[in-house]
Amino acid sequence: MGKLYSGAEIVFKCLEDQKVEYIFGYPGGAVLPIYDELKNHSSIKHILVRHEQGAGHAAEGYARSSGKPGVVLVTSGPGATNVVTALTDAYMDSVPLVCISGQVPTHLIGTDAFQECDTTGITRPCTKHNWLVKNINDLPRVMHEAFKVATSGRPGPVLVDIPKDIQFAKTKYTKPTKEKKLNGKLQTKFSKKDIEQLIDLMSKSKKPIFYTGGGVINSGPKASELLRELASLTGFPITSTLQGLGAFPGDDTQFIGMLGMHGTYEANNAMHDCDLLINIGARFDDRITGKIDEFSPKSKKVHIDIDPSSINKIVKVDLSIVGDVAEVINSTIKNLKKKNLNLEKSNKQKISKWWEQIQKWRTKQSLNFINSDNIIKPQFAVQRLYELTKNTDTYITTEVGQHQMWAAQHYKFNKPNRWMTSGGLGTMGYGLPAAVGVQVAHPKKLVVDIAGEASVLMTIQEMSTAVQYNLPIKIFILNNQYMGMVRQWQELLHEKNYSESYSAALPDFVKLAEAYGCVGIRATKPGDLDEKIEEMINVDKPVIFDCQVDPHENCFPMIPSGKPHNQMLLAPKDQEENKITGKGKALV
Amino acid sequence: MTKSKSAYSTPTKQGKLDTHIIVVWVDNESGVLARVVGLFSGRGYNIESLAVAEIDSKQNLSRITIVTTGTPQVIEQIKLQLKKLVPVHKVADFTREDKKVIFKEMALLKIVGNSVKIKKSLNACKKYNPIILDKTNKSVVIQITALRRDIDKMTKNLKSLGLVSTSRTGAVAMTRGAEIFK
Repeated sequence: MGKLYSGAEIVFKCLEDQKVEYIFGYPGGAVLPIYDELKNHSSIKHILVRHEQGAGHAAEGYARSSGKPGVVLVTSGPGATNVVTALTDAYMDSVPLVCISGQVPTHLIGTDAFQECDTTGITRPCTKHNWLVKNINDLPRVMHEAFKVATSGRPGPVLVDIPKDIQFAKTKYTKPTKEKKLNGKLQTKFSKKDIEQLIDLMSKSKKPIFYTGGGVINSGPKASELLRELASLTGFPITSTLQGLGAFPGDDTQFIGMLGMHGTYEANNAMHDCDLLINIGARFDDRITGKIDEFSPKSKKVHIDIDPSSINKIVKVDLSIVGDVAEVINSTIKNLKKKNLNLEKSNKQKISKWWEQIQKWRTKQSLNFINSDNIIKPQFAVQRLYELTKNTDTYITTEVGQHQMWAAQHYKFNKPNRWMTSGGLGTMGYGLPAAVGVQVAHPKKLVVDIAGEASVLMTIQEMSTAVQYNLPIKIFILNNQYMGMVRQWQELLHEKNYSESYSAALPDFVKLAEAYGCVGIRATKPGDLDEKIEEMINVDKPVIFDCQVDPHENCFPMIPSGKPHNQMLLAPKDQEENKITGKGKALV
Repeated sequence: MTKSKSAYSTPTKQGKLDTHIIVVWVDNESGVLARVVGLFSGRGYNIESLAVAEIDSKQNLSRITIVTTGTPQVIEQIKLQLKKLVPVHKVADFTREDKKVIFKEMALLKIVGNSVKIKKSLNACKKYNPIILDKTNKSVVIQITALRRDIDKMTKNLKSLGLVSTSRTGAVAMTRGAEIFK
């Protein structure tokens, strides 16, 4: 007979065996036995958040910046429902999370007990899998399986719901076993033939493009290195989705910028006109494709993805390669080298016309904006932030809205795992708690949340968490007093009826910072910006930076909805040149 | 094209809908049916009928048979999404026209009426292996096994003969010959 452990002890033994260092959580009645056990496990540090949604986003930030799964611990009922937004966010953006929730004792399940809710029912559509552990003997296996499911294949969130009596009950502990296949869930190997077909397409193409996504980041740092090698070997232009930024250096000449709704003119036009589109770890999201019927009409399409259900979901492809991005690229590079196609030289000629065309598009300088001496333009603020932080290893998180797009457009990322943003779900309030999680994973690094004043107020309470654990996160608010993206859509679509998109009675962010015990900085003039940003970077404390920007600035370029990639709306200056009329605007 | 006033694209023309019979082998654990059915409702897929029961108590396996309609792309998605569920072992996909597959559905029909109507009803059911499960002098419960559309037809025809209650199992499927679906 082995030693018997309580359910709470088993939870921690599993976490230790899974090498978990941090958990983000909030105590409550139904998880008290687990919280009681915390003191006996010094290798695991608990970060006390101020709201369970914050715990979820912090764990996401931790996971995305470290490549390790994030662990969340919440109580039953409201604890579990509060974390649902973060779980859904992680599900949409493929972030590995393991959420442990307390549940009322098994004999009370189904009786509408205090703080009871159907947690596994509620979280079923927003997790890869979830478990309600009704038998203590299942707990060790379920805990290990939870980590396995969260981190294998296309990563995602899982939830383990543990009733309070199970936390007290005792059983033997079993270590994680080298897992055999999970009902065949581990990915089937792609074939050599697939790779050969890909190389064949690549060697014939005259207008190729790599369209890369978050799958490259999720595949690990090696995948980014391999992607760089593949790009330099082929000389192909490369564009990236919002989630893929950083997998390829943003300042490299082969990089033609982000694509999609607020992507660059050159990236979107290249997507439209290319003859070979190689999707690496992206999923043809509707913010990327625009009008499906007219999406990249002249191209052969290749899709490399670890998730078979991503293939042909939205766009029919000519060649699909199901597998881990790093493995597929590695195999492609090996084959390319073996074949000795000498692509570097032969390709340069073949695709030189294509590059000429791309250069022409580039001269549009679609990210340009009209700067001002009197008022801070939000794009200028992001540019200054980038210039002043690009030589330090900086981690950027964002909230959701205009500021997020400006950050994506004007901040150039050179390494993977440095950019944490809510893409699929578009969760306002993501960035601040995510920054907390990133700073926990990287205590010595500079972590900046490029925020909007509306978004950040949704989770502002987590400043208290940052202060408690001395996490010197920088909340860089582009304060335009509007829900900017809502305002922009209302301007373009709803005859400037700015219905409820103006936040009257905003707090004084400097005083708010002081109230939380951190540092508040305000900038109102473009001339002061550099000095104040330097000040922010140099403070070894959490900072709320109230950067008051032009409230009427819009985010351009953009693809109006229902339009293909080659019909972009450019910034006002260009719009005048191109004479986009009122009629064109109505089509946005 | 209508002018889009939304942040989303306008729907494109829908393709032709086909009927498919999807068979799913799953671990017989609590919540597994909710996962399968939730996948269908959550992603907007159709369920025309659903039959589920444990088929192997030792291996703890259940077999779910779902009749669904969708464009080829949607049917493909249904299969791939089902395969991603952790308790799902394998997924088979049959079309109604498939000659190598048997489809059957059982129905219980209660007819209330005089002996003439009851006799006429039994006659009408003749083709579908009718079995009388219960009989009184003014009612009968008939069991028939047939294809879905035949049962559809029968329930329509029997209305005038006194059909007052129908209970159907939903279609189940099995391949012909010695092979089994792997």
